[in-house]
Amino acid sequence: MAAACFPGPLAAALAALLLLSFGRLAASQLEDQAEQFFRSGHTNNWAVLEPLFPCELPSGACTPVAESCFVSASHIVLMLADDMACNPRNPKPATVFSHKNMELNVYGDDVEVDYRSYEVTVENFLRVLTGRIPSSTPRSKRLLSDDRSNILIYMTGHGGNGFLKFQDSEEITNIELADAFEQMWQKRRYNELLFIIDTCQGASMYERFYSPNIMALASSQVGEDSLSHQPDPAIGVHLMDRYTFYVLEFLEEINPASETSMYDLFQVCPKSLCVSTPGHRTDLFQRDPKNVLITDFFGSVRKVEITTETISLQHDSEIMESSYTEDRMDEDLMEPLKYAEQLPVAEIIHQKPKLKDWHPPGGFILGLWALIIMVFFKTYGIKHMKFIF
Amino acid sequence: MAASGAAATDLEVIRGKRAALFFAAVAIVLGLPLWWKTTETYRAPLPYSQISGLNALQLRLMVPITVVFTRDSVPLDDQEKLPFTVVHEREIPLKYKMKIKCRFQKAYRRALDHEEEALSLDNVKEAEAMLAEQKEQSEGSLTVFVISEHSLLLPQDMMSYIGPERTAVVRGIMHREAFNIIGRRIIQVAQAMSLTEDVLAAALADHLPEDKWSSDKRRPLKSSLGYEITFSLLNPDPKSHDVYWDIEGAVRRYVQPFLNVLSAVGNFSVDSQILYYAMLGVNPRFDPASSSYYLAMNSLPHVINPVESRLGSSATSLYPVLNFLLYVPELAHSPLYIQDKDGAPVATNAFHSPRWGGIMVYNVDPKAYNSSELPVRVEVDMVRVMEVFLSQLRLLFGIAQPQVPPKCLLSGPKSEGLMTWELDRLLWARSVENLATATTTLTSLAQLLGKIGNIVIKDDVASEVYKAVAAVQKAAEELASGHLSSAFVASQEAVTSSERAFFDPSLLHLLYFPDDQKFAIYIPLFLPMAVPILLSLVKIFLEAHKSWKKPEKID
Repeated sequence: MAAACFPGPLAAALAALLLLSFGRLAASQLEDQAEQFFRSGHTNNWAVLEPLFPCELPSGACTPVAESCFVSASHIVLMLADDMACNPRNPKPATVFSHKNMELNVYGDDVEVDYRSYEVTVENFLRVLTGRIPSSTPRSKRLLSDDRSNILIYMTGHGGNGFLKFQDSEEITNIELADAFEQMWQKRRYNELLFIIDTCQGASMYERFYSPNIMALASSQVGEDSLSHQPDPAIGVHLMDRYTFYVLEFLEEINPASETSMYDLFQVCPKSLCVSTPGHRTDLFQRDPKNVLITDFFGSVRKVEITTETISLQHDSEIMESSYTEDRMDEDLMEPLKYAEQLPVAEIIHQKPKLKDWHPPGGFILGLWALIIMVFFKTYGIKHMKFIF
Repeated sequence: MAASGAAATDLEVIRGKRAALFFAAVAIVLGLPLWWKTTETYRAPLPYSQISGLNALQLRLMVPITVVFTRDSVPLDDQEKLPFTVVHEREIPLKYKMKIKCRFQKAYRRALDHEEEALSLDNVKEAEAMLAEQKEQSEGSLTVFVISEHSLLLPQDMMSYIGPERTAVVRGIMHREAFNIIGRRIIQVAQAMSLTEDVLAAALADHLPEDKWSSDKRRPLKSSLGYEITFSLLNPDPKSHDVYWDIEGAVRRYVQPFLNVLSAVGNFSVDSQILYYAMLGVNPRFDPASSSYYLAMNSLPHVINPVESRLGSSATSLYPVLNFLLYVPELAHSPLYIQDKDGAPVATNAFHSPRWGGIMVYNVDPKAYNSSELPVRVEVDMVRVMEVFLSQLRLLFGIAQPQVPPKCLLSGPKSEGLMTWELDRLLWARSVENLATATTTLTSLAQLLGKIGNIVIKDDVASEVYKAVAAVQKAAEELASGHLSSAFVASQEAVTSSERAFFDPSLLHLLYFPDDQKFAIYIPLFLPMAVPILLSLVKIFLEAHKSWKKPEKID
């Protein structure tokens, strides 16, 4: 079933991620008032991004997800199955571009990959979502969301009717995904969830959801294929999927103060541009999509209150002064800091070559020689043996 | 010959029929149940009925109050009735299935000699100092002293006084209904010091259905076993400012005593860092009137995010992190003020974000620039900074200013910054929140395991669930008997066990097989065996049916 899908290297350049530069320019005019943030009721944002690329095509400028300048890297769980930026066949190492004229490097400075290559499995993905992670997992690999978090989940790759491929060997079905979301809902691990999927027959993945407060977007309906955008002649593979490319374009115009609603996101990539028909599902979502801001999911704006009260503490002025002078004296007396001896460099540089122990030849060599000798004597006869011994 | 041959074939046929019947019998009687049993998922038994019983649990919170009457506080014949106990019970109306009853148990008694002596002094602080030499009061309990109407202990116009420890003073009255009137005053004071509706509502805010009122309320930190507090100094312009802050000393002197008082609530760990060249994400605007820069209130929400990615956190602990940032603005943007909604500069120059932390802007004293060489050495005034940070910490925990009854004198805060009964209020709120969280976790786990029949339930998950249920019941009992500290500990245990049960990594094995895959696995195994058996059974049945019919025909 997967063969019917044309895989573009996934440009999981989640549009949101937008240009890192965007975030820095957010100094612009902010018209909206603080009260508006209370509309959606959430206090923080998370994103789980998973642009798996099964990479059937050789190398390829698969652009991994760049991080959202709005959601900080500590709140993004990024799972990359293939490391395109550091692939030895990438002509421009450590960069991944979304367009063949190489104007936008989506693999910027702040990209932090949490799960890479073999760690991207169905089990790990479900563990991240449901929170059932072994206790030794570090903080950056966990989804530490609470009941006031809006979560964005973006998945892309090869898929079919009711499943999505992971790593060329596994698949996740829509029922497992729906059950995982239900577990998240039962434990109140999200306030609202936006699920975007860019695969062939992507709409089948959200058909089975049954938990409240989920909005889903897919790049194609059941029975349709999602197509890739454009090939890069220098490398010979496609750079990005069409749906992702147009979503990225759409999100480039969003800034933290933007008022664009999710309804506009639904209109992105009509059939004329995308060949496939994007679909969406909003019946589980309580608010009307026209009232839902894009920045509710793609941005990270926090509620803030002015601190008007203080408590009064007693000044321990005498103690303070004496401690200041003590510290100053300590600074003068202290020796300059230096690094501890970590590597015995002298030994390494003048290292003598180690004498390797001699091992008898292994099985392969023995077998090879036995074969050669057998052939020789078969050809020329055994009488030659006496000349040897 | 033919007859014996026929008899032999008959025997064969009969043997064949018996064999087929035995095969069928073994397959159905032994095989099917064995296959069913060995392919079912292991699900340890859980106390589903007890869990659904927890949902309907009636919480009774008891506050034991000791009321001490001095000699002239009430009429003589009322004094004769002492000692006795009065119970005042109120149901707290919350829009939630869990009902909460608040019970104030007042034990009235006469004052002892040393108490009379202490309460006849002129100054309430001295009186308290004398009374404080008595035994420590347990958490959650209160002592109210009733003094005479004309006593000089309190200022003339004040009817009551709330002290920093768990004591309060109320004026008595010489009236027939003395006990009733004083009882009402005592309840008012006690409610200010322990439980009110909004304390509990704020604690349960996450479990109540969403409505306008609760969403606009401040959101205090969720109850957790521990917290990590990080103090960060942001210096975006090290070329101009050489900032020095004595954070270790400040933590030792101001923060640690505060956290020691709060240690009953959880484990706290404090660390600090200095970040250079860290900018705020927002460009401040210039105000020519005061020739200073300002950050408007609506730009504040965008300040935190760009900085947050650089703050970092401990890789090992999973406790929620509270970040307190001190920002020294760069020379080009000094001085920097934060403006509130009306455009006036904020006195504290600080703001905070619920469940995240706080930011304070520290402007360098312009006098320091007199010596023209840069960088200028800046000594941060830690007292001013810590005053703001500690008050932000209080707000983040939800310790707000209490609503005191009218004509009540509230004592000044203790040196640690937290009054003992404020800690009690926090413990009450946390216990209730923990119980609500544990109950919802257990209920949702039970629902989940019921709905998704494919999940394997191991024995240790089941034992954690049993532990959690027992802890919830114990906590409810302790709350009803007024032992706040053991109730809080039990509620924490309940939350830990229920979270451990819910988030156990083994609960992931969703054995979901699509139907067509199930058929694909079983058909090659069962079909070759089942078809001959079924066909032979059918044949036997048809023959038997014919042979029954034959005798009828003959007749």
